[in-house]
This record gives sequence, structure tokens and C-alpha cells, in this order.
Amino acid sequence: MSVQVWTYLLVGITFTLYIGIAIWSRAGSTKEFYVAGGGVSPLANGMATAADWMSAASFISMAGIIAFAGYDGSVYLMGWTGGYVLLALLLAPYLRKFGKFTVPDFIGDRYYSNTARMVAVFCALIVSFTYVAGQMRGVGVVFSRFLQVDINTGVIIGMIIVLFYAVLGGMKGITYTQVAQYCVLIFAFMVPAIFISFQMTGNPVPQLGMGSTLNDGSGTFLMDRLNGLSTELGFAEYTDGTKSVIDVFAITLALMVGTAGLPHVIVRFFTVKRVKDARKSAGLALLLIAILYTTAPAVSVFAKINLIDTVSNEEYSLMPAWFKNWEETGLLTFDDKNKDGIIQYVADKDRNELTVDNDIMVLANPEIANLPAWVIALVAAGGLAAALSTAAGLLLVISASVSHDLIKKVFKPNISEKGELWAARGAATVAVVIAGYFGIHPPGFVAAVVALAFGLAAASFFPAIVLGIFYKKMNKEGAIGGMIVGISLMLFYMAKFKLGWLGEIPDKSEWWFGISPEGFGTVAMIVNFVVALVINRFTPEPPEEVQEIVENIRIPSGAGEAVDH
Amino acid sequence: MSEKQKKATAYWKENVRYLFILLAIWFAVSFGAGIIFKDALNNIKIGGFKLGFWFAQQGSIYVFVVLIFVYVRLMNKLDKKYGYNE
Repeated sequence: MSVQVWTYLLVGITFTLYIGIAIWSRAGSTKEFYVAGGGVSPLANGMATAADWMSAASFISMAGIIAFAGYDGSVYLMGWTGGYVLLALLLAPYLRKFGKFTVPDFIGDRYYSNTARMVAVFCALIVSFTYVAGQMRGVGVVFSRFLQVDINTGVIIGMIIVLFYAVLGGMKGITYTQVAQYCVLIFAFMVPAIFISFQMTGNPVPQLGMGSTLNDGSGTFLMDRLNGLSTELGFAEYTDGTKSVIDVFAITLALMVGTAGLPHVIVRFFTVKRVKDARKSAGLALLLIAILYTTAPAVSVFAKINLIDTVSNEEYSLMPAWFKNWEETGLLTFDDKNKDGIIQYVADKDRNELTVDNDIMVLANPEIANLPAWVIALVAAGGLAAALSTAAGLLLVISASVSHDLIKKVFKPNISEKGELWAARGAATVAVVIAGYFGIHPPGFVAAVVALAFGLAAASFFPAIVLGIFYKKMNKEGAIGGMIVGISLMLFYMAKFKLGWLGEIPDKSEWWFGISPEGFGTVAMIVNFVVALVINRFTPEPPEEVQEIVENIRIPSGAGEAVDH
Repeated sequence: MSEKQKKATAYWKENVRYLFILLAIWFAVSFGAGIIFKDALNNIKIGGFKLGFWFAQQGSIYVFVVLIFVYVRLMNKLDKKYGYNE
């Protein structure tokens, strides 16, 4: 069977599975819609969290980014996993004990203020929308390459599927489809990695293969070979990187804190039964994520060596079929500058003739390594699972923010349970349509902003939640002030140094403290903390009953189920 | 302070102490070994890996996973000790 037939088959089977699960687990109450009824097992929640968390960016782009960035790519590996330690130790157990439906719920109640709630809703919407647009685009890219449909048609197919199970099933439907999607995506990621690791090093475990010697009898270590190839072509050594220490530090911290502050991840811990389960499922989630995250850097090394070996100084006319296929998508371009018909892939921009998009490294890896057709098709199904699961989780946050935090808590407190459920479905539908629109007409800033969503989450939510739990006397004035100053500062820095909305983008040398926009969330977070604590010093203490709530969430027993109130 | 409150305060203190220790390790493997001391550690090689690079792309992640499970165990024990388990 050809790759195309296999792809149709695998994508068809997995989509049928997702829809079947959605019909089986549709939500009947707001509690089921927001937190899946609150009775999800730690393992199921761990799998769902892992799928929720690992987006198209983790599955499709990350290994490619690392392959081209070398050591600098470590910021993503440490940043996107280390955040779970913060989440498990500092947030998840207490938020579960608190037992509400959404993150703005916590902020609004803990800081006894609807203003705080609105600020939190605003931050949640900005973070989630920027993130979800990138996912829909990812769906489109996978469809267009593997099923030869137009990117826009791909986005629309993706929209319909997500609409179906997010709107029908709510959190309950999403949770169980995410469990299935985790299985699909991890299988799809591991199979080619194991094949290639075995092919190149004789060791089937990619994490070990990466540190082994090449299988060609030379006895050279993979990493040494890659360092050698990189310097030969004029790049920095793979294990060295080019970013400054302070920037690597800041980006890693911003990604960690941002991960811990992302509403669609936090909300998953409202779905388990007990505080104890929340801790355990955070551990399981990270374990399941770590399987992919420790494999990805190995894939980067394998793919980079394979790519250089295949193309560097070879004749263009002799390139294998995958080369031409990817050229058609525009993700791979060859410009024969010196007209010798040979591919020069070098660091020097004036002489370099090959441009390779990051995303190709994972998507084309099986083809580059000559793996069987079903493995190539599997990667397509995995990429779709990763993108759809994250999109669904984000859409739920958006819909809950609107129907629960805005409509139920602020504008129409006496809305009926049924009315709220319909409002939630309506909000999810509108959100899917907007996300789809951004997927089809991506504003130039989407790609840039997705990376910055973490900075925004770090600069807004994280300090307010941590202080709310660990500092009993933290009051609303401080928290609101901190969130507003934090997110404004982050938005300003993005606008100035990344998006160029305030005139021409200044040179790197003008970065504050030498920190890039991606790492600036760290600075904005610290400013948030400082502003919050200073304002807190000069404004009245929170009321007695709020301080009692804080004492209460620190004790794990008696969490009960997430309740409406 | 009532007996109940005393118990809660003591529990919280022990909890925070665990957090400090675990987060110190979290910081040491990622920001310490993987970033600040990476160049020094890169002089040591284990198999094909330079040690600093290994911490940044592999080692820190393994430690993170272990840290959370250690935390789960410590807290389950602590819950039992104070009778907060359920």
C-alpha cells in the first residue's frame, strides 16, 4: 500500500475513534462540561494532561528546532518539563482543594473581587487564543502535506472534528479523547525514533542511541560526528549554542513558569477526585511527557546527521523523492546560487543554497531514513492527534471563561444550569470559528506570539496564584496591580522587540539586560511579584474569611468534588 | 491557638520545608548543571555525551520526573502522620 492509502486509513480510523468516544462521553451537566464530573482517575488525567499539553509544536516542530539550534534548543526541553515540577509542588494540590471550575474562579474568589476575576479572564483569553490559532494551522499543514488537500480545507476538517467533540462532550468528552490521542501520538513519535536509532547506532532506545557510536564501524560517537559536521559547514558546535547564559536562563525560567501558569493545563487538575490524586497525576503527566521530551533531542541528532549526509555536496538531480515532495510544499527550498548543480548547505548566508523549515525534521524524518509507508502515515496521524488535543483543551478554557466566569459570575448570576451549559456550547462554537479563521488567515504575528503565550502566562497568573496560596495576607489590590503591570509590561516588550508595533524592531543589543522577548516573561513575572508585594504593604489586609479559605486549601483532606456555588 | 490549628501549622511547615529541598534540586539540575555550569561540566564525557549538554537535554528531565514522585511519597506520608489522608 502507498503512503497515501495508509495515511487515509490511519487518519480515518483515529478520527472515527475520537468521534465515537465523544458520543459515548457527552456532557449532561455544567460540572461534566467544565471538569468532567470531577471523578477522573489519576492515570487517565495524566494521559489527558500529557496530550493536552503536547501540541503541534511539541510533536511537529520541537525536534526540528533543536536540530537547528543545538544546545540552545535545551530551553524548550527543560522549560516545558520543569514547569510540571512547579505545577505539582506549588499549584495543583491547592487549586484542587479549592475545588472550583476555572483559574479565574480561583483568582476571583481568593481575591474577593470581580475586577480580579475580569483581569484573569482577559489574561486567559489572550493566552488561549494566541495558542489555539497555532494549533489549527498545524492541523492544516499536516493535512496539506499528507492528504494532498488544500491547507484551508485541512483547517476546516480539523474545525469540524474539534467542534464535534469539544462542543458535545465538554471536558468529559475531551478528557477521554485526549487519552486516546496520547496513545496515538506517543506511538507515532516513538516508532520512527526507535527504527532510526536502531538503524544508526544498533541501539533501539533513542535516549541511549543519542550517546552511542555510529553503526558504520568507525567507532565515532554520534555527538562527535555531529559537532564535526557542524563546524565543517561553518555552524557553531552542536553542543555549544550561540545564546548568552543569561538569555538561556531567562527563557528557560519563563517557559517553566508559563507552563505552570497555563490555564488549560491547570484546569485539568480540577478533574480528579482528591488532592492526593492531583499530585500523583501531575507526576504521571510529566512521566508520559518525558517519554517524548527525552526522545525528541535524540530525533534531532539523528535527523540532522541524516540530512547533512544526504544533501550536503550532493548533486541536486540525484536527490530522493522526499526532497521533491517537500520542495512542493515550500518548506524546503534549493537555490543553486553558483549554478554547479550541487547542494551547498553551509552557515555562510551568501553561499548557502538550502533552506529547511524546522517542521520537516519530524515529518520527513521517516522518509529520509527510508522507513516503511505505514510509519510515515503514522506520523501524520500523530501530528493531528497532538494538534487536535491541545486545540480542544484550549477551546474549553475559552468557553468556560465566557460562560462561567463572565456570564454566570458577573453578568447573569441567576442563569439556569441548562442555560449555562448552552452558553458554554455556544462560546465553544464561536471560539472554534475564530480559531479556524486565524488558522486560514494567519496574521503574521501568530507564530511569534505562540512562543510568547508562555511569557504572558508567567507575567500574569503565576505570581497571583502562588501568592494566593503561600501568602495568606496577600490582598486584592496587590494581586490586581501585579497582574495588570506584569501583563502590560510583557505586551509592551513584545510589541517593541518582537512584533515591531512601536516603530522598527530595535537591534538585539538594545534588549533589556540582554534578555530576548521569549525570555522576558521572567522579568515581567518578577516585576509582577514586586509590584504586588509593595502595593500589598500599603493597602488593607484581606478579610478574615478569605484568610480562612487560604488556611483551608493548605490542608489536603476534605476536598470533596468540584462544586458550583 | 487551638489544637487543630497547631496541627495545621505544623503540617504546613513541614510541607514548605519539603518544597524548599525539592525545588533546590530542581534548580540545581536545570539552571545549575544545564545552564550556569554547563561549560565546566562539558569537560567530563560520559559515553558520547558531554555532561553539561546531557543535563540540559536529558538528565534534568529525568530528575524532574523523580522529584515529583518523591514529593508524592513524602506528602502521602505526611498526610498520614497528621491524619489528613483520605
